[in-house]
Amino acid sequence: MRDVAIIGIGMTDFGELWNDSLRDLFVKAALEAMDDAGVDHIDGLVAGCMSPGLFAGQEHIGSLLADYLGQAPIPGVRVESACASGGMALRTGIAYVASGMHDVVLCGGVEKMTDVSGAQATYALATAADQDAEAFHGATFPGLYALMATAHMHTYGTKREDLAQVAVKNHDNGMLNPHAQYRMKITVDQVINSVKVADPLNILDCSPITDGAAAVIICPLEMAKKLKKKPLVKITGSAHATDTIALHQRADMTWLKSTADAAASAYKQAGVKPSQIDFAEVHDCFTIAEICVLEALGVVKKGQGGKATREGLTARDGKFPVNPSGGLKSKGHPVGATGIAQIHEIVTQLRGDAGKRQLKGVKRGLAQNMGGSGGSAVVHILEVL
Amino acid sequence: MLTPAIVRRNTPQRYRMEAAKCAKCGKVFFPPRLICDACKSRTFKPYTLPQEGTVVSHTVIRTAPRGFGDEAPYCMGIVELTDGTRILCQIADCEPERLEIGLKVAIEFRKIQEAGESGVIAYGYKAVPGR
Repeated sequence: MRDVAIIGIGMTDFGELWNDSLRDLFVKAALEAMDDAGVDHIDGLVAGCMSPGLFAGQEHIGSLLADYLGQAPIPGVRVESACASGGMALRTGIAYVASGMHDVVLCGGVEKMTDVSGAQATYALATAADQDAEAFHGATFPGLYALMATAHMHTYGTKREDLAQVAVKNHDNGMLNPHAQYRMKITVDQVINSVKVADPLNILDCSPITDGAAAVIICPLEMAKKLKKKPLVKITGSAHATDTIALHQRADMTWLKSTADAAASAYKQAGVKPSQIDFAEVHDCFTIAEICVLEALGVVKKGQGGKATREGLTARDGKFPVNPSGGLKSKGHPVGATGIAQIHEIVTQLRGDAGKRQLKGVKRGLAQNMGGSGGSAVVHILEVL
Repeated sequence: MLTPAIVRRNTPQRYRMEAAKCAKCGKVFFPPRLICDACKSRTFKPYTLPQEGTVVSHTVIRTAPRGFGDEAPYCMGIVELTDGTRILCQIADCEPERLEIGLKVAIEFRKIQEAGESGVIAYGYKAVPGR
């Protein structure tokens, strides 16, 4: 297996982008990544997208995107793992490059979510839950994460304010990210008093509906060494794990086992312990998710995610900054694009290009991207050489 | 998605809570599966779930999906039945203030949703607080 490096990154603004189509969003991010890498040709394209069929009425986007990027007849494929589709696109592309099948591969993510009504978007997202055992009964994604939150608060004494602090912290970060959808400060009181969605979660505990795309260019590390002027970023860990997608069928509904399993594999590949990671971009689709993810990644002990957030561990100036980009909460969550946007932020930070939100002295970052209520998880570890 | 074919296919589990019990290791699956994830056996015995349990987590759905809009807000929970099997369902006839972990519930046969396009009325199970 060949070592793999990231040589180019690009992303669109995240938001309600009425003038941009699914294909245009993807191509804008992809062209920016190709320009950043200094390449005018790619050998393969992998696009993460959760549901172009339900959100945009368009399937068969592997070919569509390769064509509109001016790269047909290269192989182009869409991969799907619900909200972890972006992470899956990178992992799939890594397999192409590491195996020697292709040299220069574009891994992108896109979701066009605002062409449909809110009710249709909610329906499309809910197809990532178990249709027979969850959606049939009227469960929603906020509802499933609310069930995790209720159990976490009951079992570990996590406070309502701890959940709110995740959103407050991520908005503080997102204010400094020019690509972020919601660049405004919020307070714990505002979160707790915002409109109820699924108790105990309110609207300000939830990531928004977003249009957007992100892309990265990868190639063999040895090839990258010959090409590059910018700091080289090597992918040292890439792992994926699955779990029962129905929340109630898991042994412990507050334990994100797929994330724990993927992280264990990624740490092993990279030869590092959680304490050797400098910062992370994680899947805060709801505030409780970030708390449970901290635990599953082994950053804190089981049950301590709320307390750690309260004490500032994950703030931008804390010992373990989490979601310096603003996370899904503030930056926005175009579901298929999210996993690649996380990689975009980590590369930006590792190159020292993050401007006002730049973290000091970071050499190694982790990205955790999750599908549904945790039925899939993808973890990547990146290091600057 | 709710069509006549789907409703008909799911009738045993939704109307009668028919589960499957692994013939080798005894693990219960609801809905039934074709292979046991614990011991990999492919042989199952018919098994009907008990009709009483305890709420182990809960929420109140205030923003409802298509098909449930008229019912919101409604209570929902994960219920651990007396044999240890967990199910997810609505908690009916229950004020949100009454919801708590440890609440004893009984399982009842109720209407779940009406599908607009196909006209199908779907029935199934809901939990109701003990009286």
